Amino acid sequence: MEQKVKARVMDANKIRRILYRMATEIIERNRDLKSLVIVGIRTRGIYVGKRIAKIIKEMEKVDIPVGVMDITLYRDDFSELELQHMVHKTEIKFSIARKNVLLVDDVLFTGRTIRAAMDGLFDIGRPKTIQLLVLIDRGHRELPIRADYVGKLLPTSRREVVQVQLKEIDDKDEVMIVEPSELK
Amino acid sequence: MEFHQKHLLDIEHLSTADIQTILDTTESMAEISTREVKKVPTLRGKTIINLFFEASTRTRSSFELAAKRLSADLINFSQSSSSVIKGETLRDTVLNLEAMNPDALIIRHASSGAAYYLTTFCRSHVINAGDGSHEHPTQALLDAFTIRQEKKNFKGLRVVIAGDILHSRVAKSNIFCLQKLGAQVVLCGPPTLLPAEFKSLGPEIFYDFDTALEGADVVMMLRIQLERMQKNFFPSLREYRNLYCLTPQRFKLAKKNAIIMHPGPMNRGVEISAEVADSAKSVILKQVENGVSVRMAVLYLLLGGKDHEAAD
Repeated sequence: MEQKVKARVMDANKIRRILYRMATEIIERNRDLKSLVIVGIRTRGIYVGKRIAKIIKEMEKVDIPVGVMDITLYRDDFSELELQHMVHKTEIKFSIARKNVLLVDDVLFTGRTIRAAMDGLFDIGRPKTIQLLVLIDRGHRELPIRADYVGKLLPTSRREVVQVQLKEIDDKDEVMIVEPSELK
Repeated sequence: MEFHQKHLLDIEHLSTADIQTILDTTESMAEISTREVKKVPTLRGKTIINLFFEASTRTRSSFELAAKRLSADLINFSQSSSSVIKGETLRDTVLNLEAMNPDALIIRHASSGAAYYLTTFCRSHVINAGDGSHEHPTQALLDAFTIRQEKKNFKGLRVVIAGDILHSRVAKSNIFCLQKLGAQVVLCGPPTLLPAEFKSLGPEIFYDFDTALEGADVVMMLRIQLERMQKNFFPSLREYRNLYCLTPQRFKLAKKNAIIMHPGPMNRGVEISAEVADSAKSVILKQVENGVSVRMAVLYLLLGGKDHEAAD
């Protein structure tokens, strides 16, 4: 499918600055960093989460454990999909019971992914609190969900796609708004 | 991900890619069974019927747990407490159960081809849980998954399957599955229970157990299926034991890091000595554990998404 790049919203420097700002906010809000754990939502939420943990370590010398959540089994559109999605592993090797869990994703859109991830978390344990961090909030919520830490508020139309690239898997750091030139 | 099967009837007609997809999905499912809440909501609202026309401990409870861990509703049907004993035919029994709108039927039956037969008149997904001496696909998949866990790679592995090959649906599914994945399969048993035709499927054949065991990476023992034998295939159990029982001494002929497998039920002291079955090299209980994850993967892949025929 052909894609037209409508805007380049963030480059590597901007992403780095935003992550530092959000890490600072997290440190301010969570006085007891020892009870904080990070859970990144597959795929790019993992890398945003790991970077945040690294920055917090740099600033406060505290190791924040990072886990991985795969939400495939919690999707609400399961019976509407043409083909099932590949299930990947959920890897949370620490207890989340009575912890402050920071859920991390790259883009917040309808809120359905976050709903699914929260259901998943409760199956693993009972956290004390859940906070949400996203790099981009692009609007169009369908559920009463909001993020505690937002990298950038980015008004978009539904037709547009927010594409986040992170160098851990995409070989560069960039956020773009793209539009499919033909509706499929 | 591409997985377009509606049913799981055998391994013979599955592509290597499909087998890999099932094994990869199994990897992700395994974690769920280690959680405190061993349940995900994925198949909520789906109904599955376990149709077991033959006895089973492992397979039936394994499918039942797999379905429940994915939040599907499952009911058990067993021949002894059903109208089959009043003379109802298989077709009528299944049609009546299907009138209650299940999404999938899991069938075990003494007749080879029973699962396929169901697909000729059912609209549900059909999963073969063992049909006569034809195939037992989920057993082969869980065996492959267990081998992959232990040995990482199938290429160049020498897998010895020994015992009653003739009556074994497990052997047949494993021959297809392991060869598709790149392993080398070696069959061993008395000539009466190991017809030469098996060569045409690809494996090497040995009648002498000690020779077969040399250089083996995996030794899979099969039970003597007395219930399927209408005539005498060997002179006595004692003789069979002397020639084909996996004893600690015999097992030394295999590679040092070889593993021991058995699909169960075991007849201790016949095809496998208790010492070997309980040894550190035995992965028999791991097979059982992996069985649940494999069946979760199969149910997820078959029942997930829209009805494939409607979607096409």
